[in-house]
Amino acid sequence: MTRNRIKVRPGDRIFKNLSVGAGVIVVALIGLIGLFLLVQAIPALRANNVNFLTSRIWETSDPTHLQFGILDLLLVTISTSLLALIIAMPISLGIALFLTQYAPRQLARPFSYVIDLLAAVPSIIFGLWGILVLAPRLSGVAEWLNRNLGFIPIFANGNVYPNFSGTIFTAGVVLAVMLFPIITSLSREVFERTPTPQVEGALALGATRWEVIRTTVLPFGKAGYIGASMLGLGRALGETIALAIILFIPRGKNFDYSLFDGGATFASKIAANYSEFNNPTSAGAYIASGLVLFVLTFAVNFAARSIIGDKKGA
Amino acid sequence: MLRQLEDMTVKIMRPIGAVGIVASAALVLAACGSQPGSTNSSTPTSGAATAATGTANVVCGGKTPLSGEGSTAQKTAMDVFAQQYTKACPGQVVNYNATGSGAGVKQFNAKQVDFGGSDSALSGADVDAANARCGGNPAWNLPLVVGPVAIAYKLDGVSSLTLNGEVAAKIFNGQIKTWNDPALTAINPGVNLPSKPIQVFSRSDDSGTTDNFQHYLAASSKGAWTQGTGKAFKGGTGNGAQGSNGVATGIRAADGAIGYVESSYVTNGLTAAKLDSGSGGVELSPANVGKALDAAVFAHPGSNDLAMDLDKIYAANTPGAYPLLLATYEIVCSKGYDADTAKAVKAFLTVSATTAQQPIADKGFVPLPQSLQDKVLTAINAIS
Repeated sequence: MTRNRIKVRPGDRIFKNLSVGAGVIVVALIGLIGLFLLVQAIPALRANNVNFLTSRIWETSDPTHLQFGILDLLLVTISTSLLALIIAMPISLGIALFLTQYAPRQLARPFSYVIDLLAAVPSIIFGLWGILVLAPRLSGVAEWLNRNLGFIPIFANGNVYPNFSGTIFTAGVVLAVMLFPIITSLSREVFERTPTPQVEGALALGATRWEVIRTTVLPFGKAGYIGASMLGLGRALGETIALAIILFIPRGKNFDYSLFDGGATFASKIAANYSEFNNPTSAGAYIASGLVLFVLTFAVNFAARSIIGDKKGA
Repeated sequence: MLRQLEDMTVKIMRPIGAVGIVASAALVLAACGSQPGSTNSSTPTSGAATAATGTANVVCGGKTPLSGEGSTAQKTAMDVFAQQYTKACPGQVVNYNATGSGAGVKQFNAKQVDFGGSDSALSGADVDAANARCGGNPAWNLPLVVGPVAIAYKLDGVSSLTLNGEVAAKIFNGQIKTWNDPALTAINPGVNLPSKPIQVFSRSDDSGTTDNFQHYLAASSKGAWTQGTGKAFKGGTGNGAQGSNGVATGIRAADGAIGYVESSYVTNGLTAAKLDSGSGGVELSPANVGKALDAAVFAHPGSNDLAMDLDKIYAANTPGAYPLLLATYEIVCSKGYDADTAKAVKAFLTVSATTAQQPIADKGFVPLPQSLQDKVLTAINAIS
């Protein structure tokens, strides 16, 4: 009887409907955003005079003769994000292991607050810090790499040469700092959940600290760590204003697979030009590039989810 | 059970109570905060309307808030205008929405705002649309905000550099690549120019500054600039950076860099090049920009539509005049406003053209010279 009464309680019904509604809103919202992007992009894509996917030209000022291709945007977006990930992944792993395995409790708490605080810094601050403070200090490192390892294509003279400040290299380092809190906090959560019996078992077998981490913490937390990195990658792909501020745009030169190239990512390109969207067709070109970013981010997140999901199932 | 429920209610209620207290505290604070402002605006300060440049005969009143929208380039000036207007006419307010020139014209033509702000005068189909919006009366472009554009450079050991339109065009389209190019040394006798490469910086975002700069190059370079004009930089060389601040930062970071920025960005290690239109290098200074404006040619001579023919200013060889400037316009109806709006528009523009001109000089703009100010005031008085 009590059960029956609970079932008909309006509070339950209302709460259930509210949560279902919230879930539906999110899905509908994403669907509508995708639809909006598609609808706005189609007229521009129809009017495009070059191949949208393989061209490197971006000339949208004349709406009657649109030429836009996303290849350069795609390559720059991927290279900044990958560089950020390559730098951020090992460091974040180190931070997370330190916080969960090595640091004394009194230190671990304030330390993790500090890391989480990084996530609260607005990205425009990161951008300004990157170009005003970090870039001048980093350009020495960049020049050294370029001088000594210039024979490797990724360290060759960039298309903004002889400038070493507004490069993919600088942007990647700044992005990496922005990824620390994301990757660290998620990995930390997972590492903390390593089953105590496993850890104690390893210790009982005479394992050292490092061996405990290698044999229990890392295998247990691997899925979570990779998932965290993928979510970080999604963040890096969509980062806008920091990159718009840092990256210089080379004139008349394309991306040439050097870290010392400049360029624009999808998001930074849109951010730089949105204030002058005067006609819907030109704006559609940018929206079409936004659509590609949308699909790319979706794919990355999907991959991340499936990695986490797979490992959990196994 | 009941007790528990009561406990829960108490627990739930507690934070709400706290929020209530915070909210009411905020209200009190807000009320306190608004008080000085309101007393300020009710103090009769219209006596302060004694002009720094010219005298203001402001007839306050009419519609409030007055609305304007458009150019981002004149945003800082517009803030000062709005502030001065409220000071001169207590209780009267202007809201200016800086959304870009294109949007400003569109909103003005759609009767959404009382005046538009634009980096360039009305042209093409916009003219007819604006006239229709004004009930068949012509819309006027009034240049109220004028700012010089600097060709700023950073080159260690070189504190003075002179350029002319032709050399500037060749630098910005990549034909001149090093600082000791013969074309540069020829117009800079006595200056020891190094053999460093020239790093060109331009705006990566679409900008009215870029448009004006390219117009200058096209008009003054004797054919050396063939790339055309527009809001996107077309020189095809060097690097683009985000916004004027980005360009200035880029130049500052590289020895041997050059770019174009609004004059207020020429600070901390940057130097503005002198421009030689044929009568020797002219420094960027308000007085020298004023000389260029004195010689301004208008697109519709004799009319109150004060759209300037900037290409003529750029190409002119006026001795002592600094030609590279950017004029932004307020777009208003000559007739066709209702009486209330007309009164407020006239009052606001009068304040902007007179008392408010000196204060914007601190923000990197140039106060209207007497000659142009007289024309602008004549036009404002003719609005009905």
